[in-house]
Amino acid sequence: MAYRHVVGPRTHAFADLAALMAKATPIRSGDRLAGVAAESAEENAAARWCLAEVPLAEILARPLIPYERDDVTRLILDTHDAGAFAEIRHLTVGDFREVLLTASSETLARIAPGITPEIAAAVSKIMRNQDLISVARKCRVVTRFRNTIGLPGTLAVRLQPNHPTDDPKGITAAILDGLALGCGDAVIGINPASDSVQAIGDLLQLLDAVIRRHAIPTQACVLTHVTTTLAAMEQGLPVDLVFQSIAGTEKANASFGVTLSLLKEAHEAALALKRGPRGDNCMYFETGQGSALSADAHHGIDQQTLEARAYAVARVFRPLLVNTVVGFIGPEYLYDGKEIIRAGLEDHFCGKLMGVPLGVDVCYTNHAEADQDDMDTLLTLLGAAGCTYIMGVPGADDVMLNYQSTSFHDSLYLREVLGLKRAPEFEMWLQEIGLTDGAGALIQGAETPLLTAAPDLAA
Amino acid sequence: MSDNGPIWARLAGLTPARIGLGRAGSGMPTREVLRFGLDHAQARDAVHTPLDADELLGKITDLGFTALPVASQAPDRATYLRRPDLGRRLAAEDYAVLKDRAGPFDLAIVIADGLSARAVHENAVPVLAAFKPYAETAGWALSPVVVARQARVALGDAIGGALDARAVAVLIGERPGLSSPDSLGIYLTFGPRVGRSDAERNCISNVRAAGLTPDRAAFKLNWLLGCALHLGLTGVTLKDESDRVAIAGCEAPPLPERPGTPA
Repeated sequence: MAYRHVVGPRTHAFADLAALMAKATPIRSGDRLAGVAAESAEENAAARWCLAEVPLAEILARPLIPYERDDVTRLILDTHDAGAFAEIRHLTVGDFREVLLTASSETLARIAPGITPEIAAAVSKIMRNQDLISVARKCRVVTRFRNTIGLPGTLAVRLQPNHPTDDPKGITAAILDGLALGCGDAVIGINPASDSVQAIGDLLQLLDAVIRRHAIPTQACVLTHVTTTLAAMEQGLPVDLVFQSIAGTEKANASFGVTLSLLKEAHEAALALKRGPRGDNCMYFETGQGSALSADAHHGIDQQTLEARAYAVARVFRPLLVNTVVGFIGPEYLYDGKEIIRAGLEDHFCGKLMGVPLGVDVCYTNHAEADQDDMDTLLTLLGAAGCTYIMGVPGADDVMLNYQSTSFHDSLYLREVLGLKRAPEFEMWLQEIGLTDGAGALIQGAETPLLTAAPDLAA
Repeated sequence: MSDNGPIWARLAGLTPARIGLGRAGSGMPTREVLRFGLDHAQARDAVHTPLDADELLGKITDLGFTALPVASQAPDRATYLRRPDLGRRLAAEDYAVLKDRAGPFDLAIVIADGLSARAVHENAVPVLAAFKPYAETAGWALSPVVVARQARVALGDAIGGALDARAVAVLIGERPGLSSPDSLGIYLTFGPRVGRSDAERNCISNVRAAGLTPDRAAFKLNWLLGCALHLGLTGVTLKDESDRVAIAGCEAPPLPERPGTPA
């Protein structure tokens, strides 16, 4: 069915819901590359007016990719909670925005299972950045493994100690640097250069040893393909979290070499290990706008809506952590700081609204029109929005993946200006080993015991 | 953290990552903020400095090659960055120019700006100079060297196809990292034609003074080209085993047993 909106003498027509949602999306390079973006500023604004009048029930009734053709669509519809949706089914997209702005945290938690990714994406398109922040801030998504992530007033950090050749001493040195700066409560997570099970096993053992030696209330992850982690679990290697990159269509997931059944198999294997004393959230997913288009698997849908569909995939596996890698994919998808900032806020909002523990890799590449100041802006906005976690990369420079993310120092800044605490178990651990004072502030020079307790690094 | 200075210095020697930086309150020390800013500035300049095609064409001619300039369909850098598809297409008028100079040739060499003109300015001519004696020894028929502006790797497919070359080698500025703004990549593709996938290429990366030297890169290119022309393929099924070869001009290796994996 076509949609129309009249502006003075002009009628703007939109062929279907996918086209309407794409044209209503704040302009970004990836939608232009896909040929689905609005062609004028007026068309962009008209599409938002038109989208605001669409009933939520209509979005639910008109899947953007047919049920028969895509297993992500089937997952979205088969797991939809009609009871939770009943509370909002009478609303239009425009009404829904206003309900969200006035809703309590309890209401948001209650309706989350009734919110499909298309509904979340639709309302985000007519929201300003401040709306995305204020609503996300009210969403509570708490997950547990060896500690508790996502409590109000907290921000966690993934310690990302990557090394270009997976050198164990180099990785350990970066881990100590991060711990000494009070980071690592979300996860200590390595992007490995190698993908052999042997090499992955060595890294898993290394992380397990560090966590045991210092009795750190956190979890480990080696971010390798799910099939490699499955093989590692079969060999009895210490796997806390299963990682996988995921996307919002069956075809895009196929390009990552994953299916929903493969994820289910890995999830069940990790659950069976029962390694989390505080809880059993044992999956870690990464996503990012543009991944479906780059796999030629976008079905004419805008990249932000597809990104929200990836959160529907994540949601069914009750993950500990999910993060969008917002500026990693390059300027052909998100061109500059403005587009990256908007996308980061949208992704965080959509994930939280759907009940997913969303963190953000606040990042950029050197061919994007962005710099550290843009990252400071997005970081600060995400702190205000109650972002679950950010990355901690030594000096913000990832020497393995060749991009710039947020540094350990950046998390200290955010804690200082917004008063954000770490996961409580981790906060207590830092205090017990003498790294922080009663207020959670680092004590100058207090890292000596941590550094000298690393036997593998003896001079 | 001054008391732990020696420990941090030792740890910092274990990784190229920026560790043990110290801090000023929650921020980084001034020295580190400025160092990061300089590295980012160099990477940005590498992306945005235009290719000096005239100077490059002159140096190529000085080496005894003939040279031809072409452009992609991306008219400027801003478009190039947003539209990788245009950077893979040859400007229409240049297609005709290349058709007029068509071979058959064994190899077309393309020097392309890619994402770092600096990498090309510093490394392309040294690679070409080092490769020339190998090509002469092997007796390969080389097309004119093509200098391409606003180009992606796959532009080489169109160029190699138009020139009727059996293989194309694209020397192209790689996406600059914070500590490697000057890195050149070399992509070799057998049977160049529009529509080739990246899985059908072999890549020699990190060609720069502090990485793989131009002499080593030329040696590898010669080895890979010899294998490619002998086997009639490039890509995931052709493994770079040039490091195990003592002398240049190798025998082609037996076909690997492992099936290729998609890129």
